[in-house]
Amino acid sequence: MMLKGLLKLSWIETKVFMREPLGLVGALLVPILIFVLFSRVLGEPESAALSADAPFNVAVFATILIALGAVQSLIAIIAIYREGGILKRLRATPLSPVTILGAHVFVKLGFTLVSLVLLVLAGRQMFPGAMQVNIVVFAAAMLVSTLSILSLGFVIASVVPTARFAQPLGAVILYPMLAVSGLFVPITLFPRWLQFVAQVLPTTHAVSLLHGVWDGASFGALAPNLLALAAFFAVCVAIATRVFRWE
Amino acid sequence: MTNPVITVRNLAKRYRRTIAVADVSLEVHEGEIFGLIGPNGAGKTTTMECVQGLRRPDAGHIRVLGLDPARDSTALRQRIGVQHQEAHLQKRIKVWEAVDLWSSLYDRAQSVDANTLLSRLGLEAKRDAWFMNLSGGQKQRLFIALALIHQPEVVFLDELTTGLDPHARRAIWELVTDIRTRGTTVFLTTHLMEEAEKLCDRVAIIENGRIMEVGSPAELVQRHCPERRVIYTTEHDGQTTQHVMRGEGDDFVTDVIQQIAQDGTRVRGFRTEMPTLEDVFLKLTGHLIRD
Repeated sequence: MMLKGLLKLSWIETKVFMREPLGLVGALLVPILIFVLFSRVLGEPESAALSADAPFNVAVFATILIALGAVQSLIAIIAIYREGGILKRLRATPLSPVTILGAHVFVKLGFTLVSLVLLVLAGRQMFPGAMQVNIVVFAAAMLVSTLSILSLGFVIASVVPTARFAQPLGAVILYPMLAVSGLFVPITLFPRWLQFVAQVLPTTHAVSLLHGVWDGASFGALAPNLLALAAFFAVCVAIATRVFRWE
Repeated sequence: MTNPVITVRNLAKRYRRTIAVADVSLEVHEGEIFGLIGPNGAGKTTTMECVQGLRRPDAGHIRVLGLDPARDSTALRQRIGVQHQEAHLQKRIKVWEAVDLWSSLYDRAQSVDANTLLSRLGLEAKRDAWFMNLSGGQKQRLFIALALIHQPEVVFLDELTTGLDPHARRAIWELVTDIRTRGTTVFLTTHLMEEAEKLCDRVAIIENGRIMEVGSPAELVQRHCPERRVIYTTEHDGQTTQHVMRGEGDDFVTDVIQQIAQDGTRVRGFRTEMPTLEDVFLKLTGHLIRD
């Protein structure tokens, strides 16, 4: 019964999202365009580097952008649904609260997966022979990363006062996290306090997880990142269940 | 009198320092249209949401269909239909998708034919329309459809016709009467006295979180504003005069007519004025409901 509800609601939310003007373009095309543009400038992912000791991986960058885009979109949707009373209306049905919100997570993860596939296809087209990363493992790493950051999205969505603030507030919180994630500048070059901040943020671990998978690191080497992402997820879910507002 | 399907005793609910509901007790009987009427902010919606199990009351005792809404909300949700004030749907959800989603959520919904329901509510032509492109009246009719899809035993309608034009409002009233005819108990809130008078079998007047009065609209008028007025104009030597007679009781109008007939006066115009719920409200609270 509830699984049926989850699937049905997810499917409806998918269709509703695709009917949104620029919904698909924003979710699927923008990260790929960024990937293509950066790749044109910097060359293929493995060789691209902003500085000698900061191996900048365009694929990882684009993947993280996909994840952050999904989180931002989730924050906006939750805020709009709350303001429009849609959450309230759904809540009065037999749907469980977890199902109502879970459907959005489901949809977002689905779209990130599609984006990633398109990204890889574009990459293979541009750099034949490159992008030979294990795509299943890379996709799994991306889903774990996205899920962890999505949990932060729920906390942000809980405190956003109105739908108008959702988009900018999401951006203001999420994108600086990307700046200190070690994607552009190695974390070791930061002052100590910033290193500490970076270690707490999910984006940092997501970046290093994706990097690791790209470089073919062993599962043992990636375990600390996975654990950190899981811990961050647990903390955010715990906070969100306390502070989440339905109306 | 039939069994109460809803019993509320001494309900109280506050939000931080604001008291939304101070003390509400009421009973809704099987098969009636019961209206909770009062101005905005009187505590109508909070009372209704406590009864639905969406809010946890601070104090008081509530039973709906024998269930405690705070504890048995899962079981209760299968048996009640709910229409919220100012709660929308996804902008770009299609009418049939919403109906399909709702019907998949309830155990009993499979027996209801969604298409029949949509055509009963005059929405068959809008099956494929996006929610955002529906008119106010169509949106409300869709909400009624969603509230009825699982053949609930009690249906809650919160400020159903607020913001609708008179024509759409009348259409909704017919639908609500139709729901009752099919045996479903209706619990509604409204701040429109005309709506309460036309639709409700019994009403409770709520003000500042307290129930002031309960009864059928006619009873309340009889109890609090028994005065009737007969206004008639007469013509005498080319001169018209307006007369206003005031009185109480069922026989008052008859008495006036007989008196006029006895006097042999030439009557040019004749009308009676009955007090309405609006007058009852004014009498009970000292102000008009729209204030």
